[in-house]
Amino acid sequence: MAKTAKITVDGKTYEVDATKNLLEVCLSLKLDLPYFCWHPAMGSVGACRQCAVKKFRDENDKVGKLFMACMEPIVDGMIISIQDAEAKEFRKGVIEWLMTNHPHDCPVCDEGGECHLQDMTVMTGHDYRRYRFKKRTYKNQYLGPFINHEMNRCIQCYRCVRYYRDYAGGKDFDVFGVHNTVYFGRHEDGVLENEFSGNLVEVCPTGVFTDKTLGKHYTRKWDQTYAPSICVHCSVGCNTIAAERYGLLRRVQSRYNGEVNGYFLCDRGRFGYEFVNSPKRIRKPLRKNKETRQFEELGSEDALKYIRKLLSDSKRIIGIGSARASLESNFTLLSFVEKQNFYWGESDRNIQLIQKQYDILRNGPARTPSLRDIEKCDVVIVLGEDLTNTAPMIALALRQSVRQEPVQSATPYRIPHWQDQAVRELTQDEKGPIFIATPLATRLDEISETYRAAADDIARLGFMVANSFSDRSPLVSGATDEQKKLSGKISEALKKAKRPLIIAGPSLQSEAVIEAAANIANAMITSGKTCELCFTVPEVNSMGMAMMDITHQGIESAFEALKNKPADTLIILENDLYRRAEEQAVDSFLGKFKNVIVLDYLENSTSLKADAVLSSGSFAESDGTFVNNEGRAQRFYQVYDAGENIKESWRWLRDIMLNSGLHEFGKWKILSDFTNALSKAMPVFDGINNITPPPGFRIAGEKIPREPFRYSGRTAMFANKSVHEPKPPEDIDSPLSFTMEGYRGKPPSSIIPFFWSPGWNSQQAINKYQIEIGGALHGGDPGKRLIEPKSGKTPAFFTKIPQAFSPRNGDWFVVPVYHIFGSEELSVNAPGINELTPKPYVMISSEDAGSLGLTSEKQIELEAQGKTYSLPAKLNLGLPKGLIGIPKGLPGMPEIKTGSWVRLKMG
Amino acid sequence: MLTEEEKHEIEEEFKLYPYKSAAAIEALKVVQKHRRWVSDESIKDIAQLLGITPDELDSVATFYNLIYRKPVGRNVIHICNSVSCWVMGYESVLKHLIDHLGITYGQTSSDGRFTLLPVQCLGTCDHAPALMINGDLYRDLTPDIINSILEKYQ
Ligand code: SF4
Ligand code: SF4
Ligand code: FES
Repeated sequence: MAKTAKITVDGKTYEVDATKNLLEVCLSLKLDLPYFCWHPAMGSVGACRQCAVKKFRDENDKVGKLFMACMEPIVDGMIISIQDAEAKEFRKGVIEWLMTNHPHDCPVCDEGGECHLQDMTVMTGHDYRRYRFKKRTYKNQYLGPFINHEMNRCIQCYRCVRYYRDYAGGKDFDVFGVHNTVYFGRHEDGVLENEFSGNLVEVCPTGVFTDKTLGKHYTRKWDQTYAPSICVHCSVGCNTIAAERYGLLRRVQSRYNGEVNGYFLCDRGRFGYEFVNSPKRIRKPLRKNKETRQFEELGSEDALKYIRKLLSDSKRIIGIGSARASLESNFTLLSFVEKQNFYWGESDRNIQLIQKQYDILRNGPARTPSLRDIEKCDVVIVLGEDLTNTAPMIALALRQSVRQEPVQSATPYRIPHWQDQAVRELTQDEKGPIFIATPLATRLDEISETYRAAADDIARLGFMVANSFSDRSPLVSGATDEQKKLSGKISEALKKAKRPLIIAGPSLQSEAVIEAAANIANAMITSGKTCELCFTVPEVNSMGMAMMDITHQGIESAFEALKNKPADTLIILENDLYRRAEEQAVDSFLGKFKNVIVLDYLENSTSLKADAVLSSGSFAESDGTFVNNEGRAQRFYQVYDAGENIKESWRWLRDIMLNSGLHEFGKWKILSDFTNALSKAMPVFDGINNITPPPGFRIAGEKIPREPFRYSGRTAMFANKSVHEPKPPEDIDSPLSFTMEGYRGKPPSSIIPFFWSPGWNSQQAINKYQIEIGGALHGGDPGKRLIEPKSGKTPAFFTKIPQAFSPRNGDWFVVPVYHIFGSEELSVNAPGINELTPKPYVMISSEDAGSLGLTSEKQIELEAQGKTYSLPAKLNLGLPKGLIGIPKGLPGMPEIKTGSWVRLKMG
Repeated sequence: MLTEEEKHEIEEEFKLYPYKSAAAIEALKVVQKHRRWVSDESIKDIAQLLGITPDELDSVATFYNLIYRKPVGRNVIHICNSVSCWVMGYESVLKHLIDHLGITYGQTSSDGRFTLLPVQCLGTCDHAPALMINGDLYRDLTPDIINSILEKYQ
């Protein structure tokens, strides 16, 4: 706690944080005080008048005055009352006014049962409607596939517009009209453009914005089964709550983690979950009939027998792991096939880059920041990453970083930083320094200074900055004037920075970009400054794979190795090889094996080629551990029991091993056995077993229930199968139960299945789980950082500066274009995400298009790697001459290598 | 599409402000002066000129009830319905208008002659009730003098 003060609330004295406002302080003390317009991530505006309390001059003042708690700074010796009769009456009155226009539609409202407005209405005691007149009504808007709009329910708290515009930087949403007919929405119907729009669902205290995907298979909050989970759709590792009923995954919500995603998620993370319910799910083991070449379904016992047969006459087994599979699953496969036969199912190129990043973080002096740390940095340099599309929540964090510096200007005026409106009035459009160097325009350009160039030039710019801090980082010769000016400006900003940050990643497939980023951080630190260094990686567990003690050989190495040393069986773990390498190469690789066994949950080009497929659990049906880009190991738990045919990959693999006579693996029974064995075999993972309580953990002798205690229908929900209530499934791997039975208090922070507290049915119950509002959860934020900087050692500098990029006449250099909706393998199977996924295209700079006589949407023939593709053109303003943008991972889009040269033919 | 004249007048306004977007209200007024109201299409055109989104501009446009976002009649009556006028009995004046013109708030008479709109305070509480037609202020109203006032507006 920074500065403390003593205050008296209803006769009791507390020591509190004096930098906070009174509302936050009361909530931190776990006192119930209603509010609407204040939000912990967005500060106070005093708009709703709901948080009124009595404030007294001194002990002798018995009358006091009403004040809005959210607008009151803490003063030592302050005496206030929440329970004061007048204050209570006032708060009740405010709700009554709000309610005059609020419809009586809780029973048909998706917010019902988890509505902050319901909770506050009950809390204030407004229980009788006196208003007998017509209510104001509105037309609703179509806002896209994710969010439903029901404006009649609005209570004008202004949170949505403050979140969408001020916090997330959206521009296509606003408030319209005046007095009692204000309207929150878009200028006209249309898909919300902001990539973080889904948070409106949790930000709006009532049912105006609700989750449309949940609405399509709606279930009340109290009727869902929950588990603490981790988002699998990028490397940031946001904490999520996943919910199920009747075997269908119903939704994903943000699971507060003060160090990671806080209150929010990106839309890919929130709405990508529907891949779990996809018709492409593999729900039973499959065997390919040798004659018909068709798949036949098997029971799990038969599947294991079949695989045993396949394995029994195998001489050599190759295993291919995956960065979308858990540490445990990869480790089990590794243990089975052994190190020399295990390949990380990623391109060799990507592995080199990820590995390089890991080595820099592991051996260097720069610290890798958490998402929360990123928000607090005041000067940021981004090299080569289009963050909104490769690590979305980092982009949202940067929208907060740019406010760090301007917000300081409020201090001399003695405006507390939580006084949101006042601070924004003061700072207007001022932004702290952020520099983004990428080939293509990014969403963050509007808040940053930009540099458009090819990877090599981006690296050169980075090296110039590094050199300005230490001449141990080499001098760049032949820099352009633009580079000189910009690097000078960046260095100036970095020198003044209190908390600088460099962000880079492997997107451009450029070692030089990563090395330049490392050199800047190292140079700053050697010159006595601080600097943090954040790397993105491609997938949810890429960093975990980099940390594993494996040969770090990729797909192409596997192809090569097979030529020299044949093998007959291939086991592929949760990986579609066709996304990693060229089609022909994969075809020929797979063709060389007698048996191809795939463990996966979604049908893909690779699983279709398999001889046997084992139906693995998706994140929703599995337990395991991922390591995010920060190096934070985080655990996810299965939400529901999917029956005997769907198992975690690690469990399938263990069964295969036992079946093959490897009896020593019989002692690997539950998740912690696997995790223990892993951390024993690989000390970098030391301690990951303790990031969640052990399976035997109980509170008052009880497990932690996955279901709210009001969960209904349990005795009848399977009556169509049997009138006898089935025995609930048992969870041997975790201290969570699959029912509503168990301990009803607050569980340890790492295994919170859902947020709920008496009187607090909405997500705002999070307040009750935090030590201080907006801070860490009780017991500390979950996850364990596995990578800490090496201080004291003089860091190594990279010395190879690439040549400046020079365009070639007639050839184009490929740069990748990532799409938050479309580039990621799993989420693209969610209908909503799919709807927003672009069709394949190629992107050409307007300048080049002009000289080629090309117009937008015109088909062009593109010659790459000896093949010709016909694709529509998209024109782009900022793209430097000679570069061509190729979208990554889009369904139907051929894989064209980043960093290769391609040729164009006009149709 | 904005006419050259409209564009020119709006650009003149830019000179008076540090940011283009600050001229939003003036720009809306320019277009309304020429077209009598501001259509969705005009909102988009003006927004583009100001370098802001239509959403941002419409937020401003819909805040002011002297900016018309729907077509209006040849004459627009703004009758004050705030507290002072209410105390002084504006309701009888309103009733007379409604009966006489056959329209209520937000409507335009079928001959296109009048549009009736409420307004919050015309700044003349000491002479309530009051109304304004096309910028002309009328005060100390009683129902019996309304018709003669309306006569002036064809
Ligand atoms: S839509 Fe929701 S968040 Fe927005 S003002 Fe209304 S109640 Fe508040
Ligand atoms: S930023 Fe990444 S981890 Fe976080 S919600 Fe989005 S896709 Fe998931
Ligand atoms: S929460 Fe304090 S006025 Fe709205």
